[in-house]
Amino acid sequence: MPINMIVCCKQVPDPEAPPAVFKVANNKMTLPPDVKPVIGQYEEFALEAALRIKDTVGGKITALSVGNNFIRDVIKKALAVGGDELILLEDEAFDGGDSWSTANAMAMAIKKIGEYDLIFCGRQSSDWDAGQVGLGVAEILGIPAVTLARRVEVTDGKARVEQVIPDGYHVVEVTLPALIVVTSGLGALRYATLKGIMAAAKKQPVIWKPADIGLEPSQVGAAARRSKLDKLFQPVKEAKCEIVEGETAAEAGANLAVRLREAKLL
Amino acid sequence: MAEYKDILVCGELADGKLAPITAELLGCGRKLADDLKEGLFCLLASDAVGAASKEAIAFGADKVYVVEHAALKEYQADCYIQVAESLVKELSPRVVLMGQTSMGRDLAPRLAFRLGTSLTTDCLDLSIDTETKLLTQTRPVYGGNAQAIFVSELMPLMVTVRSKAMSPLERDDSRKGEVIPTKVDIDTSKVRTKILETVKEEAVGIKLEDAPVIVCGGRGLGGPEPFQTTLKELADLLHGAVGASRPPADNGWVSEALHIGLTGKIVAPDIYIAIALSGASQHTAGCTGSKHIIAINKDPEANIFREAEFGVVGKYEEVVPALTGKLKELLAG
Ligand SMILES: Cc1cc2nc3c(=O)[nH]c(=O)nc-3n(C[C@H](O)[C@H](O)[C@H](O)COP(=O)(O)OP(=O)(O)OC[C@H]3O[C@@H](n4cnc5c(N)ncnc54)[C@H](O)[C@@H]3O)c2cc1C
Ligand SMILES: Nc1ncnc2c1ncn2[C@@H]1O[C@H](COP(=O)(O)O)[C@@H](O)[C@H]1O
Repeated sequence: MPINMIVCCKQVPDPEAPPAVFKVANNKMTLPPDVKPVIGQYEEFALEAALRIKDTVGGKITALSVGNNFIRDVIKKALAVGGDELILLEDEAFDGGDSWSTANAMAMAIKKIGEYDLIFCGRQSSDWDAGQVGLGVAEILGIPAVTLARRVEVTDGKARVEQVIPDGYHVVEVTLPALIVVTSGLGALRYATLKGIMAAAKKQPVIWKPADIGLEPSQVGAAARRSKLDKLFQPVKEAKCEIVEGETAAEAGANLAVRLREAKLL
Repeated sequence: MAEYKDILVCGELADGKLAPITAELLGCGRKLADDLKEGLFCLLASDAVGAASKEAIAFGADKVYVVEHAALKEYQADCYIQVAESLVKELSPRVVLMGQTSMGRDLAPRLAFRLGTSLTTDCLDLSIDTETKLLTQTRPVYGGNAQAIFVSELMPLMVTVRSKAMSPLERDDSRKGEVIPTKVDIDTSKVRTKILETVKEEAVGIKLEDAPVIVCGGRGLGGPEPFQTTLKELADLLHGAVGASRPPADNGWVSEALHIGLTGKIVAPDIYIAIALSGASQHTAGCTGSKHIIAINKDPEANIFREAEFGVVGKYEEVVPALTGKLKELLAG
């Protein structure tokens, strides 16, 4: 039975840019222009989880994103790797949302999409790291959710999920429709093929404005926030690393042992 | 509208005892409650709570609400949320505190959305604004590259707190408090998930969270083998444990249980030896509580040197065996 899947992908500044380039100014994170946006890491894992289901039982993957000013080449990666459709909730009004307003907009969009068996989210977005939107969408839609999934299989209208726990994993069964929150450990997102990239280039994303999902501009984005950002700052850290040297790397290693003893660390 | 007051900690048990995170939450909750001149309550829900309720009092709770039900043996969202929702509605607490643990990550967002309130996850610091009585919530964002302070006016104010970020009070068994057995009707027909199997993957030896020394390896080790030889030898010598950054766990070189960082375990050993890992903010988020960080990396520009106290620039293949060899000699002599 082919199944309908929705993968929620967020466009974020590259989280792996060197820490030194992250600079806060006027309560905003500013990054140099050479730091390119990407699809969040956990959403890439979520896409891979969905693609594996498509590989085995077949189905349709819709990528869904909320925001403004999407870079087409970035967000279309979801199509290039094998997604079938891309829906962008794209409008100025969607800017600056919190977990609540984002989840609400996404849930409204998903209701409009209508047909779905599985919704995938990442465990946390790669910028604000909140870890709430997936479960929020599930609550609003009234469907079950399984968090911290690293493997998902579908059989007979049910999903079987390997859920990571601190000292191992659970195998959890959940009835469909369900929302799955994906963690790491299932393997990296596959590369886009040339054919995939070309097909994605031809496809146009579907754009929905607040009115298209039945919401006023005042009910989305920054205007609908429930938590207020008071201040964004960077605690100062002083670098104070003592580099232990030697003629060779091995000698430096031995010298480190001596230095650690001297400093009474060991 | 109900008047919101008091602080409620949603507690957890570990091996039949009060979990360390719950003691930490009670320590932080006690301070907030005293600042507000209000009470500190703790919810403990399990199939059998036992002596943990007394422990919660010894660690600072004024009242402990004990919910015992066979369906609460293992954490399952659809059961626990019924208990938490019913108690929060009954008590109308001003603040609900949970741990940023498997349970807290899973339960807190569901509960916040169900109650129509806001939630701030993974907080490192909490304080009460004495004028407004609102909670100021500080949490890391951008993988730890910045911190944000949030406020919200919706009640109850919900937060999850990172483990090891708060200190528990000194355990005091003479502290007075009340244990209140509480009945909640759990509708098991609302449970839409089923745990078919639980598989334990913990490495043998010292648990990562308890180890005084952690030898942590990164992607630069290139495969599973060095974790079992070079790193393990050093860890064994120092009676420590081996850990990993995320890529080795992602690649299956080590068990996921060894993964340290923002999305792995949060550790705070005396000594943390970081080998062939770059020190991404999302990784160091899990180890900055360590007393001493030592870095070994072939790249002098690696970010881990900004976190470390001692470092060696060089290939781990050469540095680590020499370090282990010399330490063996020094520790024997
Ligand atoms: C939302 C989010 C959450 C995340 N959570 C976590 C988390 O919890 N934990 C985590 O670890 N990561 C996490 N990450 C990933 C993180 O951003 C980095 O990708 C990851 O930590 C990099 O791991 P690494 O340092 O081992 O690998 P790399 O960054 O590839 O570094 C390898 C290092 O090894 C060095 N090296 C190579 N060969 C040698 C040698 N022979 N001898 C000595 N040194 C050598 C290199 O110089 C390099 O510095 C998260 C990312 C995101 C976006
Ligand atoms: N603006 C967004 N657009 C699409 N998906 C999102 C957005 N924000 C969050 N998500 C999804 O929700 C997950 C958790 O996000 P968060 O609660 O922000 O940490 C992410 O990994 C995404 O799958």
